[in-house]
Amino acid sequence: MKAYFDGLIGWIDARFPLMRLWNEHLAHYYAPKNFNFWYFFGSLALLVLIIQIVTGIFLTMHYKPDAELAFASLEYIRRDVPLGWLIQYMHSTGASFFFIVVYMHMFRGIMYGSFKAPRELIWLLGMFLYMALMAEAFMGYLLPWGNMSYWGAQVIVNLFSTIPWVGPDIAIWLRGDFAISDATLTRFFALHVSAIPLAILALVMLHIMALHEVGSNNPDGIEIKDHKDADGKPLDGVPFHPYYTVKDIWGSVAFLFLFALVVFFAPEMGGYFLEPDNFTPANPLLTPEHIVPVWYFTPFYSVLRAIPDPQFGALAMLLSILILFFLPWIDRNPVRSVRYRSQLYKLNLLLFVVTFAVLGYLGFNAPTPLYSELALRFSEWYFLFFITLWFFSRPRRNIERLASLVVVLGLISLYDVVRMEPGHEMLVFLGWLMPAAFVAIMFLGSGVEKLGRDLPVPDRVTE
Amino acid sequence: MPDDTVDVGRRRFLTGSTALVGGTGAVVAMWPFIASMSPSARARTAGAPIEVDIGQMDWGQKIDLIWRKQPIWIIRRTPEMVAMLEPEANYLRDPNSDQSQQPEFAQNSHRSLNPEFLVLVGVCTHLGCNPTYRPDVAPEDLGADWPGGFFCACHGSRFDLAGRVYDHVPANANLRVPPYRFVSDTRILIGEMPEDAPA
Repeated sequence: MKAYFDGLIGWIDARFPLMRLWNEHLAHYYAPKNFNFWYFFGSLALLVLIIQIVTGIFLTMHYKPDAELAFASLEYIRRDVPLGWLIQYMHSTGASFFFIVVYMHMFRGIMYGSFKAPRELIWLLGMFLYMALMAEAFMGYLLPWGNMSYWGAQVIVNLFSTIPWVGPDIAIWLRGDFAISDATLTRFFALHVSAIPLAILALVMLHIMALHEVGSNNPDGIEIKDHKDADGKPLDGVPFHPYYTVKDIWGSVAFLFLFALVVFFAPEMGGYFLEPDNFTPANPLLTPEHIVPVWYFTPFYSVLRAIPDPQFGALAMLLSILILFFLPWIDRNPVRSVRYRSQLYKLNLLLFVVTFAVLGYLGFNAPTPLYSELALRFSEWYFLFFITLWFFSRPRRNIERLASLVVVLGLISLYDVVRMEPGHEMLVFLGWLMPAAFVAIMFLGSGVEKLGRDLPVPDRVTE
Repeated sequence: MPDDTVDVGRRRFLTGSTALVGGTGAVVAMWPFIASMSPSARARTAGAPIEVDIGQMDWGQKIDLIWRKQPIWIIRRTPEMVAMLEPEANYLRDPNSDQSQQPEFAQNSHRSLNPEFLVLVGVCTHLGCNPTYRPDVAPEDLGADWPGGFFCACHGSRFDLAGRVYDHVPANANLRVPPYRFVSDTRILIGEMPEDAPA
């Protein structure tokens, strides 16, 4: 039997590099032996992508991309198609889980410095994937043609009309009509089911090729290729297959358990995964009381709303996403992993996680004066994270500490003076303390040896 | 006589010019695809002007229409409502509609052809929500100094009874005024300029 099998492989190998691909990417791909929990999310993202593609194909068999029929076809899938509800909820839950997994995956990259040289292209390709995923999710959200679908798309497409001069024409071109309409629905459908998934698949392939070219980073942020045995294999590496394939199968099972819990028991997730307003059909004359994007967009939505001027608000939101692309050139510190970074770096990273979560929460809620002020202050913290990363790139002199503090806090204070309105002095002043405390601790605190100095990086990975 | 030497300059020129012509062709080939995404003839036809009877409207009444899939409001303002517009100017961002979109005939304090009838596009100039018509003076939720106007529940923008935006709210322009004209005393045509107005 084995001989026949080997013969078949040999026949294929003479015509297609089957074993070479298998070895390069799995059996002889050496990955660091010290991967931890955070390293599940790459393969999990692939798993969710497959779930989305498969469920998506079967949804397409019953869905009608027509403004008159779309909403009813969704109800039809949920009620009349055998197990249609299951496939539909897998797809909608999969969208949210995709973002959970991708946010964990990105955080892992930031935390262990996986974006740093020589892995900048992996990070950039990953960021393009993230943008494609956002476009995919946004367009997919219009397809149920619920009222929140409609108004969410309205708000996002209108962001394009804030572009000077050509904005309104671009918005009409994107919609294919003077308002969100059937023309918009059909083109979003086309992009959602074919163009963007194709782009995502291509980018995934490039992302993995780039990764396997330079090798995986690890929680210690050490290059395992620096220590090889006589055969040229990394001493601290293990073959991806079977070591990590088996580990990832374990992770997949744990993930699918949680996924199934949500699909079966809480597919709407209390209005966070599927918003209540989306269970009524799109109505151009009835705006939902609060237009809120799905949770995975709310942090950026908060940044948009933090600045009242539509042009600058949209610009700030765009910047909050684009700045992530430049991470490899912002954080130039040679130490990769958080394990060997300074106490202040750890605090900065922790505050970034808190900031992202708070912005997400604020984006989900109505902008009261207090919440608007908080959204602005946390948006400032969001950008200060990156400024601080840049600042921590190398040891700084006292004059740099002071200059950075004065410039950053000066610009923030200047904006506060410009936007000050009578009756809000106290709120603005109390809010101002947030960025002030942040830059004081980060910039001045870096002068304190115990807080600001990075730790020695070990030669070999730790267990 | 056969010549084995390669004329590098000639080869580079031919490669370069071929790439340039081919590249231009590829860019131009995008045109039909981009053009196909513009509003179709049907969508443009559906955007033709509409005529409305306003003879039966009560004082303060608002009627909602749809033109080009956008909500259009017609409001018959009482003389008291119109009188209120002048003193509100101090609290507005753009009282003279210098930064706002409207036909020239509506660039006045009441933003209309006839002060009695206000015609607006009911889309918030912030992010496109539908503001609600709140003609009630000093309601509990909008505060004691509310003289009547439009309130956008999405992001809290406020407009007066001429659709002019208040200062310190997210929207930064007055509500848009569509082109329109009076066909007779009781009929309005939405989507067409008055005959005497410059196009």
